[in-house]
Amino acid sequence: MIAPGMTTSTGTPPRPTDQVSDTTGAIGVAQVTSPRATAAEEDFFVDHRVPAVRHLLSIADLGRDGILEIMRLSDAFAEVSERPIPKVPALRGRTVATVFMEPSTRTRLSFETAAKRLSADVMTFTAATSAAVKGESLRDTVETIDAMGIDAMVIRHHSSGAPLRVTNWVGASVINAGDGTHEHPTQALLDCFTIREALTARHDGEVPADLKGLRIAVVGDIKHSRVARSNVLAFSALGAQVVLVAPPTLMPASLQGWPVTATGDLDGVLGELDVIYLLRIQSERLGEVLLPSLDEYHWRYGLTRARADALDKDALVMHPGPMIRGVEISPEVADLPASLVTRQVRNGVIVRMAVLFHLLGSGAM
Amino acid sequence: MPRRSAFTHKGEIVVRGGRLVDETGERRSDVLVRDGRIVAVEEVIDAPTGATVLDAGGCVVAPGLVDLHAHLREPGGEIAETVESGSRAAALGGYTAVVAMPNTEPAIDSAAVARDVLSLGRTALAEIAVAGAITLGRRGERLVPMAELAELGVRLFTDDGRGVQHGGLMRRALEYASGLGVVLAQHCEDEQIAAGGQMNEGAWSSRLGIAGQPSLAEEAMLARDLALVRLTGAPMHFLHLSTAGAIEMIRRAKADGLAVTAEVTPHHLSLCDAAVAGFDPVYKVNPPLRTAADVAAIRAGLLNGVVDAIATDHAPHAPERKEDPFDEAPAGMLGLETALAVAHTALCVGPGEGGSDEAGDGWVPSSTGAVMSLRDLLGLLSWQPARIAGLDQDGGGGWAHQGGQGGPIRSGAAANLTVFDPTAEWVVDPSRQASRSRNTPYAGRRLTGKVRHTVFAGEAMVIDGEAQR
Repeated sequence: MIAPGMTTSTGTPPRPTDQVSDTTGAIGVAQVTSPRATAAEEDFFVDHRVPAVRHLLSIADLGRDGILEIMRLSDAFAEVSERPIPKVPALRGRTVATVFMEPSTRTRLSFETAAKRLSADVMTFTAATSAAVKGESLRDTVETIDAMGIDAMVIRHHSSGAPLRVTNWVGASVINAGDGTHEHPTQALLDCFTIREALTARHDGEVPADLKGLRIAVVGDIKHSRVARSNVLAFSALGAQVVLVAPPTLMPASLQGWPVTATGDLDGVLGELDVIYLLRIQSERLGEVLLPSLDEYHWRYGLTRARADALDKDALVMHPGPMIRGVEISPEVADLPASLVTRQVRNGVIVRMAVLFHLLGSGAM
Repeated sequence: MPRRSAFTHKGEIVVRGGRLVDETGERRSDVLVRDGRIVAVEEVIDAPTGATVLDAGGCVVAPGLVDLHAHLREPGGEIAETVESGSRAAALGGYTAVVAMPNTEPAIDSAAVARDVLSLGRTALAEIAVAGAITLGRRGERLVPMAELAELGVRLFTDDGRGVQHGGLMRRALEYASGLGVVLAQHCEDEQIAAGGQMNEGAWSSRLGIAGQPSLAEEAMLARDLALVRLTGAPMHFLHLSTAGAIEMIRRAKADGLAVTAEVTPHHLSLCDAAVAGFDPVYKVNPPLRTAADVAAIRAGLLNGVVDAIATDHAPHAPERKEDPFDEAPAGMLGLETALAVAHTALCVGPGEGGSDEAGDGWVPSSTGAVMSLRDLLGLLSWQPARIAGLDQDGGGGWAHQGGQGGPIRSGAAANLTVFDPTAEWVVDPSRQASRSRNTPYAGRRLTGKVRHTVFAGEAMVIDGEAQR
């Protein structure tokens, strides 16, 4: 029977000429595939894979090896970021277009800063100021931008799968900067990098190879979270054990194939966590009758002072932002040293430099 | 009211060398058609001078197929399809009659609009019957003038595209319809439970981050309506059932003696929700593609006679609309030109040859040894739906209907015939379809079985796979 594993790429139909590279075929995350997966199932998914090197649509496009490569590159770009002039000519002459069909200043700025630090030219397209508001189709929009001669298109879209569809229409490399409730791969990469960095500080400066053995809870609106989908893939590909924590109404309808455990009881798992990753709760969920109130959510799932005290003293607190103090996290906890939230933002630029370089770069830095 | 005699084809056709398959059985026979009627069915017929000879060697000659469920989009959606283009697609698919769904703009909720569509049908390549809406504007608030529409020959009523959400109104509709000789047909979808879901709720929707609608959205409305059938005694037809649970509910309802019939689509009996993995809206349809287990249950329901008909739910959409992102694109798939071949490949060709999922279209390979006979398949596509639509009565359907659909093939019957080569293999090419739209989910798929000729009202509409007008 055909079933979707979390280890799969959700790619375009197969193109016989596409080489299935070692990176793709031996995709690292396959190691954490649900034991239910059969050989036939794996074949089915291989046929759907997009070549890992051209686009970044899903964490599954990278797999374990790809993620580790991005980590390695990020280590190098972290060093660049410390320089007085944090800029390298790696992508000089290349053009990166950011195409944001959904408002997100921070992710757009992060990508644009990353591109500029690699000396790429940057083109900005936002829905609010563009032809999209006049009813232009996505296809026409991206074909027009592509025709200007660009090397990469960074796409944020409110519809799941939109960046993948765009790969059918443009020649540029497509980078998913968040699509609907599907994935947000660069967020997951910067989260992995941030955790590694925090562990490095604790391991006397020694960079851990991966996240093996870590217990990571992802807490909140899993069902509607692209961050959760990408992070589940990335964390587990790097060897972490992931537990999803949410009320049943905010869990996906099915976790078949997801390399995770799930619970509705945050307090039951708090004491054993190395990382607690909080997701934003949107007030729209009240109208959909998925939650009685934000107060009740805070009472059951918010990271209060009491819960922060129940965490291991070395446990890390993370949040993809924007953070709603008083809902998923209490104001005083957000500012504790354990909170890596500002670190995540800083690392966003570094990791996105690594992603751009990984997809576009050819020469030395 | 005169029949379409003004358009009935004059002239003679000999269908030569085929194997006749209809409800009465199978036999080797030639068929002579003259002035719209079958005038001879004999083992060997010499072609009269000037007659068109249609070679049926190696083919099955069957009563023309009857589609209970096609969206011909006219009036209002001519960019996607017209009665003419849709009827051409139908003829190429072996159909000689199509029931046009009422979710047009305006909806078929008055005698005026019904007459308009019926008159467009008079020059079409197949008989065009119309279904009327149940409620004005399909808004679910007030009943259409059902008796007046019934007088025009409208036999099926449905708000298809939507289900009737209001249970009290549905009860009154069924009560009012009793005695009019009509059948109410339901698109089963409880919109509160479906909650705007864009695909089947399950493992794939969860992984892809696409809002899902659960099987329960279909089954909850079906359960309500079965209870209403029990209460009112009015017959009902259930459109495009897609879940294992729905098939089981129909089985029980029939065992209890309820007057219900059910159809399934070619896509729900062949494809599963894995097709959505690439986010291509060509695989977006409502009800959504379900799981492989649902597909297996639908096939079983067809094999054991629980399901009465295969109906296309042919739903053309302009190509640019199907390029919108998945959650914004309209739901629907083309069906008329591929239905027989898809159903034949999925149901009548054994495991190993009945298709695989290599194309990434979610095709569910045959897993059991059970294979359907061609006659049973043709029953599902021809005489059974003809009976549900009231199109089997020869000329007896009132203003709207020419009738005489679904056979049997005998002297004196209306000349509506499909000639089908069950061994021919072909690859679906969207650019070669006669529909104005291109949204077939089978692009590039190899199918077994192809329509060779279609004769409608004594005219050869399709010869050697080519539409004649």
